[in-house]
Amino acid sequence: MPSLLGMSGIGKRFGATQALDDVSFELDAGRVMALIGENGAGKSTLMKVLSGACPADSGSMHVIGTPYRPIGPSSARDAGIAMIYQELNLAPDLSVEDNIMLGQEDQRWGLLSRGHQRPRVRQVLDRLGHPELRPDTPVGQLSVAAQQLVEIARALIGQARVIVFDEPTSSLAGQDVRRLFEVIRRLREDGIGVVYISHFLEEVRELCDDFTVLRDGQVAGTGILEGTAETEIVSMMVGRKVEELFPTVPHTAGDPVLHLDGLTGRATPRDIDLVLHRGEILGIAGLVGAGRTEMLRCLFGLDPIVSGTVRVGGIIRRPLPETMIRSGLALVSEDRKDEGLAQDRSLADNITYSHLSPYTRLGLLNLGRRRHAVVQCMQDLEIKAVSPEQSVAELSGGNQQKVALARVLHQDADVLLLDEPTRGIDVGTKAEVYRLIGEQAAAGKAVLFVSSYTPELLAVCDRVAVLARGQLQDIRPASEWTEESLINCAIGSDGAAA
Amino acid sequence: MSTDRSRLSNLAWSLGPLLGLVVVSLIFGAIEYQVATDEGREPQFFTPQSVQVVLNHASLIGVAALGMTLIIIAGGIDLSAGTAIALTATVTAWIYREGFDGMADWRDTSPMLAAVTLSVLAISGGILTGCLCGFVNGGLISLLRLVPFIVTLGTMTAFQGIGRTISGETPVRAYGKVPGAVASLQKPYPDPEWMLVSPGVWIMLILAVAVALALRYTVFGRHVFAIGSNESTARLCGINVVRTRILVYTFAGAFVGVAGLYQFTVLGGEGDPVSGLGLELKVIAAVVIGGGSLNGGRGSILGTLSGACIITVIQHGCVLIGVPDHYQDILIGLIIIAAVTIDQLRIRLQAS
Repeated sequence: MPSLLGMSGIGKRFGATQALDDVSFELDAGRVMALIGENGAGKSTLMKVLSGACPADSGSMHVIGTPYRPIGPSSARDAGIAMIYQELNLAPDLSVEDNIMLGQEDQRWGLLSRGHQRPRVRQVLDRLGHPELRPDTPVGQLSVAAQQLVEIARALIGQARVIVFDEPTSSLAGQDVRRLFEVIRRLREDGIGVVYISHFLEEVRELCDDFTVLRDGQVAGTGILEGTAETEIVSMMVGRKVEELFPTVPHTAGDPVLHLDGLTGRATPRDIDLVLHRGEILGIAGLVGAGRTEMLRCLFGLDPIVSGTVRVGGIIRRPLPETMIRSGLALVSEDRKDEGLAQDRSLADNITYSHLSPYTRLGLLNLGRRRHAVVQCMQDLEIKAVSPEQSVAELSGGNQQKVALARVLHQDADVLLLDEPTRGIDVGTKAEVYRLIGEQAAAGKAVLFVSSYTPELLAVCDRVAVLARGQLQDIRPASEWTEESLINCAIGSDGAAA
Repeated sequence: MSTDRSRLSNLAWSLGPLLGLVVVSLIFGAIEYQVATDEGREPQFFTPQSVQVVLNHASLIGVAALGMTLIIIAGGIDLSAGTAIALTATVTAWIYREGFDGMADWRDTSPMLAAVTLSVLAISGGILTGCLCGFVNGGLISLLRLVPFIVTLGTMTAFQGIGRTISGETPVRAYGKVPGAVASLQKPYPDPEWMLVSPGVWIMLILAVAVALALRYTVFGRHVFAIGSNESTARLCGINVVRTRILVYTFAGAFVGVAGLYQFTVLGGEGDPVSGLGLELKVIAAVVIGGGSLNGGRGSILGTLSGACIITVIQHGCVLIGVPDHYQDILIGLIIIAAVTIDQLRIRLQAS
């Protein structure tokens, strides 16, 4: 009997990057398959190929034995494949019912027949069983968890046989995760095949039957979860031994250089006191929304400060990016695409925007001298690009991140504020970034390192501070934390009990 | 050697609008040749006089489009450019009219000095008015945090109102009060023949070179591209976005002022506050045909000038062939859409 969904030999190339290379997997009805892999491993691209959002260069797909060649989102729906993305695709002003039926309305001569569609909607909503879900509620008034269920309802109305969940728990609280898992188990019992994309191994173990690991666009391993050791999966994901992942450079902390005194922003952060020393790497942990990014933005002058002060070298500075850059601060944004880099400008421009003064006389630029310096930067960081004039958009994610870091190094700042500097880049580049951070600390720079990836914080930082709901919860040497205690502290509830 | 190749392809693309100009000229030249021989007269399209007229007509739009290029690269738009041109023309005319009468005694004693002083006052008055208009636009956009489209839609009407207030409902006439050197600024066939094209064209070309160099070789130029390409990045890099944007609009205002002076001389020494409406669309069209992106971050001076010339070549060509006015509008509209389509294709081509 043919499997429910099969992808075989899928290849996809974006410019210089081979995003997918000969990827194959099979999904059976009534099974939940985990698609595991680090950021940038190709999970999202694979799902875009499946949904028809982006055509594959090579390979084939089939649904219950019949070839499936999507030409757009509608062909996925016709084939019974539904996608639940991280960013939900809902119209907030429309009601639950209208959202569910969007594009698949019960109609006759172009007129809605609500009498027909209402019972169908009710039946599906009952199946999902959530108190908030009533057909007439505008979707914008629902919690994220309930909105997710609306998307699932839309898939069920459309007779989906395969449902793909893309990191569905990343914005859910614990209780909602339980409820979602219940729903997914029920879907499995109804014979629906589920692809569950995640990089949380605990979740995967709790929910899924099979797994496929992607790494650098290739299938690194596949099998049944039961009986597979966690370390085995991790090494499939990263493709190397754990020791090689976090190179360190010896460094020692010196004089304090940055003081936050009661720093308070609009919503977050709230009343933060913090001291950062030269030659120190201070990690900032916390959940999404804990105010880590906001803290960096406030102290760099990008977001307004409501109260409190920022002292650099003992002197209170005006919270404006211009002033902060002049006093020796530099920030790498978490959002490389929309904030960190001007995508259609050249490498040279992006690296030097914050520090054009070495090449300037009377407002005029010496482009030759600048090019020379940029080429040097590119060599130092091993940035793979055609020339300094190439636009940043044409580079791979890892190389783009290096350009963002190159700007900070080119600025020769004393205090580096790094917001998720390793997000969405491959393991090899991550290791390079860690080494770079270590070298900066060894050269007497101070580093504030915000990350959601606990292992890197514990391996790379000297001290780690934890934020929750905008407030500083605790700050300890990295050696005194464990992954578990860090997460408990970030959640803020079980911390005392542990 | 892929470096050279990517540079070469960049160069080729930046010459695209110029190439478009050549193609459009050849097409009109061929049609006009055919029509002229059919009617048994000399073909006129490829003659020096024809080039003089086209460049001369292009210079009014072209000089204003230099400023508009800055604005569009910085991610903005200025719908008020047309009425601002008319307003500055009105101010210039008003200063000439009032000043001429006020200087009656002085003119008798030293006519030369009086004429120069009056012209300096009138011209700088017009240009400063343009700067002020731009400053108001840039200031409102930055301080009220409104989209440029809305702000300049508002000032578009307001500037016309201010002009009509100054003029008092009839155009301000300064006939015979303008010195010959200024009045002949926009004469298509220049007086000393060795000048080849009108002084207005020369002024536009000099300003164009200055702006092109400024965009490439000054910190200001880099900042203009930076805020248009990604304002958040610009802020992150410590670029003073508010100051840069206000400067961009103010500079653009100066070019509007020069265009106003051209408008004033084209009308033979008259400032008509309602003569500018619609001009802004031609100015924006010139930038867009020249490869400027309304999303900001892209645009070039060479492209913009080519765009301005394409528009006037179409107008001039249609006149020579005897095609009615309204067909010109249709043609220009199609060219705008074609230009943007080609640009989109280019972006997709470069992405893959």
